[in-house]
Amino acid sequence: MSSTTVKIASLTISEQVLKIVKSSLNKITNALLLPVIGISIFIFFWSITAQSIHTSLGDFPGPNAVVKQFSSLYQEHKMERAKAEAFYQRQEKRNVAKLVKNPDYVAKIRAYTGKETFLDQIVTSLITVTCGFLAAAFIAIPLGIWMGLNKRLNLAMNPIVQIFKPVSPLAWLPLVTMVVSALYVSDDPMVSKSFLTSMLTVTLCSLWPMVINTSMGVSAINSDLINVSKVLCLGTLTHIQKIVLPASVPMIFTGMRLSFGVAWMVLIAAEMLAQNPGLGKFVWDEFQNGSSDSLARIMAAVVVIGFIGFLLDRAMLALQQKVSWDKSSVNA
Amino acid sequence: MNTTKITNANITNTSQLTDTESSANNAFLNISQVDMVFPTATGGFTALKGVDLKIDQGEFISLIGHSGCGKSTVLNIVAGLYQATKGGILLNNKEVNEPGPERAVVFQNHSLLPWLTCYQNVELAVKQIFSKTMSKGEMKEWIEYNLKLVHMDHAMLKRPDEISGGMKQRIGIARALAMQPEVLLMDEPFGALDALTRAHMQDSLMEIQNELNNTVIMITHDVDEAVLLSDRIVMMTNGPEATIGEILEVNLARPRSRLSLAKDVEYNRLRAEVLTFLYEKQRKVENISNKTVAPQAFAKKRVNEK
Repeated sequence: MSSTTVKIASLTISEQVLKIVKSSLNKITNALLLPVIGISIFIFFWSITAQSIHTSLGDFPGPNAVVKQFSSLYQEHKMERAKAEAFYQRQEKRNVAKLVKNPDYVAKIRAYTGKETFLDQIVTSLITVTCGFLAAAFIAIPLGIWMGLNKRLNLAMNPIVQIFKPVSPLAWLPLVTMVVSALYVSDDPMVSKSFLTSMLTVTLCSLWPMVINTSMGVSAINSDLINVSKVLCLGTLTHIQKIVLPASVPMIFTGMRLSFGVAWMVLIAAEMLAQNPGLGKFVWDEFQNGSSDSLARIMAAVVVIGFIGFLLDRAMLALQQKVSWDKSSVNA
Repeated sequence: MNTTKITNANITNTSQLTDTESSANNAFLNISQVDMVFPTATGGFTALKGVDLKIDQGEFISLIGHSGCGKSTVLNIVAGLYQATKGGILLNNKEVNEPGPERAVVFQNHSLLPWLTCYQNVELAVKQIFSKTMSKGEMKEWIEYNLKLVHMDHAMLKRPDEISGGMKQRIGIARALAMQPEVLLMDEPFGALDALTRAHMQDSLMEIQNELNNTVIMITHDVDEAVLLSDRIVMMTNGPEATIGEILEVNLARPRSRLSLAKDVEYNRLRAEVLTFLYEKQRKVENISNKTVAPQAFAKKRVNEK
């Protein structure tokens, strides 16, 4: 009798252990194994198809070629940095020598004007997209709040928003370029025209999702909360600050995330045409360059663009989770 | 010590004010011949017709009636959230036509701001109303006093989604009380709570009322709740063109206890009276006893199962 109960007990214990192992194994599979399998399959098919596509610039780059380009891009970056370092050292030496000869000599320091490396271009792109996005947010969020609060304004603005929302950045770009070169005239420009053009194009395209989401979030605030505000006789500013903004933060951030995604996509196209020295220009220059490595380098840029876009989205998500009171509204 | 001083001072203040003013016209709150017409696509819908009620200070009034009879509309008009089409509201002989903190509302769905803690929810109201007359320390004491009054001082720093429905409603009441309203308006405050929590909340409300003696208008669906809490029960006829059907004086001694009242003859008479009004005189026309016929397919299935 007792031996059977012991057996049963040990069986249930081992069953429980098995269950735990199974569930944790399941988690590992879902979180790691399946994505790895997916990526592997993709790389496999990529390398097979790549071999059979012949272009005038050689074979389509497979994974190997792209990885090789990553390291060579990094090498180029290091070499360029070393060159710059050497340039500044030479300059310093020369200045010191000149000072010895002539004590009144005022040393001039000239900046190094070598070409941007891939890493520099990534940084330029990130700065441009951030500026464009922030400018858009600066306009879109107040406008969205106003539209959400004022039904008439919403009705008046809605057609404009709906019409401009689907416009491609490529359509805006020529207009923006001409307007910038007409209006942005300065002897000592703070930023280059190409930067301003790309940035404004990004702003124009990433404005709309934020406007729409903000106004929707504001107009959908629970009427009970509005009544609370009315009973307390909150002034307009306090009402916006204490009730409207916090209540619509989840929706505003959803809009911001969408907008940032749009901004990053638009940026590449804008940089290509505006010749802003970012990732878009890199792709365009490589395409024009037409060396046997060009396609592999463009493919490397594609991977980097995708990866940065993904990271930006995650960063926005983390920010959204941190700011939002309604954690259930934040979805990956 | 300090907190009680503040409240006492304030209460005597308001009562003095009203004593002198209400002597001219002897109603503290006067709901005068109120009509309410809502515009609809097919023309106006008359929700209320000739609602007329005078309420004294410190009185506890219940509004009872079937759903859709316009109880909430009356409350919203008194709150200033709706404008009466005809007639109007006089509070202390002053016309009411917009919302104000002297007519605090406890909403059915508590409507606390979910991003603020319980303390901050009350603080929002207190800051808005008393920031000119109270120091920071006084405000803090006042907020804590009100949270203590509803027995929620232990959960001050929790957010609404971390506490139960009854607790949320307590905070909602604390917020309304902290505004030190002349009239407290409650829109089915315990409607969303389970029976046990509701009984508990009713006891709490009686205890608070015993201490503060506020003027209260409460909407309810619950006959027992109405009889237990009120000084007068205002029973409304069915809409459209709803109006006050009967007013029932509840002269039960306070403090009241639900247990001893259960066997009380007067209590049961009042209860019966409200029930008679609701289910005999103002019975809803919908025929509840009509049997619903199951769809053919289901009827056959049942036969087959047998």
